[in-house]
Amino acid sequence: MALKEVTTTGLIGWVDQRFPLTATVKAHLSEYYAPKNFNFWYFFGSLAILVLVLQIVTGIFLVMHYKPSATDAFASVEYIMRDVPWGWLVRYMHSTGASAFFVVVYLHMFRGLIYGSYRKPRELVWVFGCLIFLCLMGEAFFGYLLPWGQMSYWGAQVIVNLFAAIPFIGPDLALLIRGDFVVSDATLNRFFSFHVIAIPLVLLGLVGAHIVALHEVGSNNPDGVDIKALKDSKGVPLDGIPFHPYYTVHDIMGASVFFIIFSAVLFFAPEFGGYFLEYNNFVPADPLKTPAHIAPVWYFTPFYSVLRAATEDFLLYWLTPAVIAYTLLVFATVKRSIGKVIAAAVAVAMIGGFFILDAKFWGVVGMGASVVILFALPWIDNSPVKSIRYRPGWHLYLYALFVAAFVILGYFGTQPPSEIGGVLSKICTLIYFGFFALMPWWSEMGEAKMVPTRVTFAH
Amino acid sequence: MSNSTSMSPASNSATGFTPGNPNDPARRTWIAVAGAAGAVGGACVAVPFVSTFTPSERAKAAGAPVEVDISAMKPGELLRVEWRGKPVWVVRRTPEMLESLKQTESQVADAESARKAYPTPEYARNQYRSIKPEYFVAVGICSHLGCSPSDKFQTGAQPSLPDDWAGGFLCPCHGSTFDLAGRVFKNKPAPDNLEVPPHTYLSDTRLLIGEEKKA
Repeated sequence: MALKEVTTTGLIGWVDQRFPLTATVKAHLSEYYAPKNFNFWYFFGSLAILVLVLQIVTGIFLVMHYKPSATDAFASVEYIMRDVPWGWLVRYMHSTGASAFFVVVYLHMFRGLIYGSYRKPRELVWVFGCLIFLCLMGEAFFGYLLPWGQMSYWGAQVIVNLFAAIPFIGPDLALLIRGDFVVSDATLNRFFSFHVIAIPLVLLGLVGAHIVALHEVGSNNPDGVDIKALKDSKGVPLDGIPFHPYYTVHDIMGASVFFIIFSAVLFFAPEFGGYFLEYNNFVPADPLKTPAHIAPVWYFTPFYSVLRAATEDFLLYWLTPAVIAYTLLVFATVKRSIGKVIAAAVAVAMIGGFFILDAKFWGVVGMGASVVILFALPWIDNSPVKSIRYRPGWHLYLYALFVAAFVILGYFGTQPPSEIGGVLSKICTLIYFGFFALMPWWSEMGEAKMVPTRVTFAH
Repeated sequence: MSNSTSMSPASNSATGFTPGNPNDPARRTWIAVAGAAGAVGGACVAVPFVSTFTPSERAKAAGAPVEVDISAMKPGELLRVEWRGKPVWVVRRTPEMLESLKQTESQVADAESARKAYPTPEYARNQYRSIKPEYFVAVGICSHLGCSPSDKFQTGAQPSLPDDWAGGFLCPCHGSTFDLAGRVFKNKPAPDNLEVPPHTYLSDTRLLIGEEKKA
């Protein structure tokens, strides 16, 4: 069979006849046209890939010295920290990298939120991204058990017991996850397997799908303008610039700044005041004694607060009226009867469930829903424009309120249970869910500003 | 590849394939059957893999009863022992502690230990939730999400506790509180009272946890 005709010569030509090397580089780098008006918020996608690589590389080296066994795990981490040459650096890079990953990913998601990057045709980019976020949460959770400290142990105990709250199948499911009647050696070994091989494989696949989907439809930008609408005679978008060299150099600059901050934390505050590595985790796991104050690592605390907000009071006096009001809103505004039927059925099921099932179960549902609701974003936003820049001015306050609620939930999730924390967590839980649940209505309210045909670019 | 167009339709009909009409119903059926058989096989292969997640024989065997010597316990003292990997508390209650259970009777969610999630043994289904009022035996695992509550025997106002606190246990994770009989207070995340494990007295000073008195 004749070889494919290619324009390249030499070694590259030989490869191109057998593998789409040049074609791939062109499609994803040198002839992938990204909008020229990327701002600060657009650093975080490439930074997320950078941190992913950092975690994989440091992880490979940690596995060479770590022992996944209930008797040896804690000591092997201390061995890495004290006896393995430069082991402390690799371990702190990995533990700081975990927090850095969530900082970068939260900012990356926030960018998508304010510029409408999840809107058509980028729904799948967003969905793959949400799946990546889920994987990342799993990866962080499984990884946190491995040092076998007090926080590792009791954190895993609490999260695994969340599954036990599911009616009927719950207790057996929790047993299946732990592989024992308590968190034990069996649990540690399987979490190690998930952490080092199962989830990373899925994660890499999803990151690939996220990027392929993005490059298929093209990047959004701070103006939410479709740059493919206006092209020059060669078919290149007028407002597009090739990713390489423009954004590769731009992102190297971002990576440099990132590494300055990362190194400062790594060398001067790797525990970050107990937020990145909790003090109680320097105590070996003791199945007989829960530490006086247990809290998840900071990146899980907003969701943890939602879990804690679900008490009987909250279900009966806060959520029941909210669900009734929401159903009335659907009945008053939705034309199609199928929508009304679904809303009524869900409302009846929820309110009935508030009385029949334990508050604990609803806490678990709320915690799960606070992550899963993100998937719905592309289909609940009815705004005629994508970017916050051209939305009615007051929309900005709603986003600010949402961010404030998320931060407050996060703060109280790190704190011991308290009266004021409980009330504020309940309020912020309602704001968090209200933001999404009411988005179909508020997103089309107000006068959107005129979106320009070209992107805003000052230089 | 490129020479496929030069193939005559006759040579294709030998394989049952006619261009333009790819849906040979007989073949569709067998494709579906083969697909279904493959799916069943796949599901069967999944069974052993999922089974490896269940507790091993060794884990199941590790549930032996534990014997505790309570002769040295002082009034108001709490002893922690490990049974099936869980903390079990033995509390020697003072008369004041026992008195406090009357006060908490109306404040707890399930004073009669009637709920069935962690059934209280028949011999402990009383106000003290114990065989002997003086000694309280319970699994020190909160029925909410499995943390081990801390003992808060000192009475009165203190952080995370009500001002009329009569002594009891506080779960540090989500703030559930229990009285000195392990009964959960109303409106707390934990739905159930602390579990009372099967236990029996071998003598006045020796307690066996994990086994009930043989009739």
